[in-house]
Amino acid sequence: MARIRLDHIRHAYSPDLAKANNYALREVDTVFEDGGAYALLGPSGCGKTTLLNIISGLLTPSEGHVRFDDTDVTLLTPEARNIAQVFQFPVIYDTMTVRENLAFPLKNRKVPKAEIGPRVEDMLRRIGLEAKADRKARGLTADEKQKISLGRGLVRSDVNAILFDEPLTVIDPHMKWQLRSELKQLHREFQMTMVYVTHDQTEALTFADKVVVMYAGEVVQIGTPEELFERPQHTFVGYFIGSPGMNVLPCDLDGGDAIVSGERVKLPAGLSARAAKKRIELGIRPEFVSLVARGTGIPVAIEKVEDIGSEKIVRARLGEHRVSAVVAEDHAIPTDADIAFSAERLNLYADSWLVERG
Amino acid sequence: MLELINVSRRVGAEDHIIDVSLQLQRGSINVLLGPTLAGKTSLMRLMAGLDAPTSGKVVMDGKDVTGVPVRKRNVAMVYQQFINYPTLTVYENIASPMRVAGRPKAEIDAAVKKAADLLQMTPYLGRTPLNLSGGQQQRTALARALVKNADVVLLDEPLANLDYKLREELREELPKIFAETGAIFVYATTEPHEALLLGGQTATLSKGRVTQFGETTAVYRRPADLLTATTFSDPPLNVLAAEKRGQRFSGAGGVDFAAAPAHAGLGDGRYRIGVRPHRLELGTTHAAGFDARVTLTEVTGSETYIHATHVGTDIIALVHGVRRVDAGDTVHLSFDPAEILVFGEDGSAVAAPAAMAA
Amino acid sequence: MEKTWNNKAWFFVLPVLLLVAFSAVIPLMTVVNYSVQDSFGNNQFFWYGADWFREVLTSERFHDALIRNLLFSAIILAIEVPLGILVALAMPKKGIWVPVCLVLMALPLLIPWNVVGTIWQVFARTDIGLLGYSVDALGIDYNYVRNTFDAWVTVVVMDVWHWTSLVVLLCYAGLVSIPDAYYQAAKIDGASRWAVFRYIQLPKMGRVLLIAVLLRFMDSFMIYTEPFVVTGGGPGNSTTFLSIDLVKLAIGQFNIGEAAAMSLIYFLIILALSWIFYTVMTNAGNDKPMTGGGE
Repeated sequence: MARIRLDHIRHAYSPDLAKANNYALREVDTVFEDGGAYALLGPSGCGKTTLLNIISGLLTPSEGHVRFDDTDVTLLTPEARNIAQVFQFPVIYDTMTVRENLAFPLKNRKVPKAEIGPRVEDMLRRIGLEAKADRKARGLTADEKQKISLGRGLVRSDVNAILFDEPLTVIDPHMKWQLRSELKQLHREFQMTMVYVTHDQTEALTFADKVVVMYAGEVVQIGTPEELFERPQHTFVGYFIGSPGMNVLPCDLDGGDAIVSGERVKLPAGLSARAAKKRIELGIRPEFVSLVARGTGIPVAIEKVEDIGSEKIVRARLGEHRVSAVVAEDHAIPTDADIAFSAERLNLYADSWLVERG
Repeated sequence: MLELINVSRRVGAEDHIIDVSLQLQRGSINVLLGPTLAGKTSLMRLMAGLDAPTSGKVVMDGKDVTGVPVRKRNVAMVYQQFINYPTLTVYENIASPMRVAGRPKAEIDAAVKKAADLLQMTPYLGRTPLNLSGGQQQRTALARALVKNADVVLLDEPLANLDYKLREELREELPKIFAETGAIFVYATTEPHEALLLGGQTATLSKGRVTQFGETTAVYRRPADLLTATTFSDPPLNVLAAEKRGQRFSGAGGVDFAAAPAHAGLGDGRYRIGVRPHRLELGTTHAAGFDARVTLTEVTGSETYIHATHVGTDIIALVHGVRRVDAGDTVHLSFDPAEILVFGEDGSAVAAPAAMAA
Repeated sequence: MEKTWNNKAWFFVLPVLLLVAFSAVIPLMTVVNYSVQDSFGNNQFFWYGADWFREVLTSERFHDALIRNLLFSAIILAIEVPLGILVALAMPKKGIWVPVCLVLMALPLLIPWNVVGTIWQVFARTDIGLLGYSVDALGIDYNYVRNTFDAWVTVVVMDVWHWTSLVVLLCYAGLVSIPDAYYQAAKIDGASRWAVFRYIQLPKMGRVLLIAVLLRFMDSFMIYTEPFVVTGGGPGNSTTFLSIDLVKLAIGQFNIGEAAAMSLIYFLIILALSWIFYTVMTNAGNDKPMTGGGE
């Protein structure tokens, strides 16, 4: 188990691209604490898989250093780094039984036979595959196969970190819940540093203690799920986290108020002064937008109401901007209504970055 | 109208589809919801005419088409994989079904432009698919299915390979796009959330059978049986065993509450009670409730998933706000007796939430 | 009640059926017809029953040729399959060298059989052939015309040169279809090069390897042109394989009945052996009967 230090990492896939300042990873400088659960979250092409491969050693960064505790591992191979990885599509050794699959990494490392047996048995129990221990791995379901790949990593007691590359992609929704909670429990038991790459916000937020949100080769915010939800540092984080994402409304400032499509929105004190002369946007989560009686709030035109079971999403238009609101399942939706924003939940963005409150 | 009348399909000794009867109206969206291997793809292949049913009839607009091959049925299909002609431009890709049909040039041009506009692909018409993002490739495939002007458009998990956020965007657009065409849309998905967002009709599938077919929100709120309710619940439905005696339900682990008016008429006996995760609340808000031992909490930023066990049953509660509860703690979860789903011992529904009856 | 989709489809299949009938079934029946008759020329035939078959099956000449064939196929498979796998493993998986390697590999396959024979006949001659001359110069007494062992070596080397490429190309196709994640996982699991081959590459190559073995077996068992051109079946009868013997019998001795019986037996042997290969190899990859139900 180790603390992972990513020391000013930059990566370009060729020297020419680097010269053109075309980096797949623009600059990452952060620390993953020992025993923590981290998620790298972002859309395709944001550099999250590149970063994961740099941590695992499948890729050597063009610039910067990777350290596990105090050891510089930048130039070490994956096997020398002593990490484990679970891939998007389950990687299992088809011709081996489940038990042989789990014993494989131990055998390769010349662990004494007497030790392999009990450790494999223990792992079979932990991943709940005792009953299928002697079956060929190829006949199993996708979630069982993913458990085997995870087990192959966990069975080595000395791994520095376990890396996950979108491990639930091929798993059914119901199984996802189960697998994810089993994964969290294993994390608690083993206290290993885990890094989990995904584009699915629910997976990232529920898995990780800290989520690293990436966009266009850059880390835009590292934070706990609450921080990402309540104080998105960048409008992209606001959009990407949350379903639907945060409403981002271009506005002008006038004294202590924001003007959105001619409508005046009162801002928390001291915000507006810090954001002078920039492109200003107002950010408000749909969860903090409420429907109020006509004439008592900001007038909007309700375009559509989506009933998604546990709640309803109201899609409305405020001038030329679209605004979403989330209301409870049992809430009756009037045909015409105004909206109101919870003032303490308003965020102000200058050139897409959050304006900190004074 | 596309009708399936008592359709079954057997392959070897395996039943892929068992006695399915469905009526799909023109201009409707029909979601096939179920886990992997539930028979969604098999059913679509029967609808398309790619496979013949072992027994039963397929009727299109009153005409028996049971034996008619796919080429003569005017259906379009969109798959999970992005399937486009790699060497053709987006324009030619979209135009291809009309070119095959030998339509006049002007008509093709108009149709392609309209479809591209609908799917926001107009700026990319000159590109080839390999120079597009996954979302754009799938939009191209969707546009191609639309211009075919097919009677039936079959979409087999079309968004499964896309990023979470892209899925969200396309999901929001799709119902609008579908409404423009007037074809019969059939959409397979494993995700209950997706079914709800798409609206329309939903058929829940389990092991080759359609367990219920009806308006999506109605199937969600008034499932005909426990199987449908569990298929249509994400996170998984919480199921408790309880016995009704007089006007009270009681069960193991301290479950004891007065029946809601809607359930007053139920006779004494054993029942199974379904409580959706978002209907469970932390604390004693409602009279009905039970103690559970927490196994895990997952915080998404605005909400918390509490995984717990209650007399050996796994429970998931989705509660508002960030609630940090330690694993191993005992918490009290309560629910409104009016909002529960009640099933008989055989799993068939006997009552649904009263508030939703309207 | 599986319906026939489209009755018109038969019209499209019909030409193929006719073609197969003319090219395979009718000649085969002709051979069957010959195999049960004898002729003294002048197109006069009379019934001979199963006697030709009995004669062929008990003839020492047939036995010797059959053993030569089996030995030859065994040697060919033992050399070409491992060699093909090795070469395929050594080939680059990406980059500009891929097409170059593929073209080089495909070259021997493009040369007609008799040309291959002729090339090697000249190439291996000790007086003017580069190979024969070099070997001779090394002090090894080499002569494929007089020495049985040398003749075999020459024919085997020639076949290896000609056909290993096929195994290479098939294996290569199997190898490049393995996703990178497998190699990465194996690296992380600390697997040795051998373990990667044994547990990832070999299982994933299973299917193509089956095709390679079948093709190479059938082809090597039917070898004719190359040894005919190079050694003419000699020295003595040492490289007279079944096919060469068959031609000698049918055309050289004009013993049509016996030749027909022999070719049928030959055909059945190939069929049986191919079936055995297929069954053994497909079963080897399958699971043992599973305990407990599936999904």
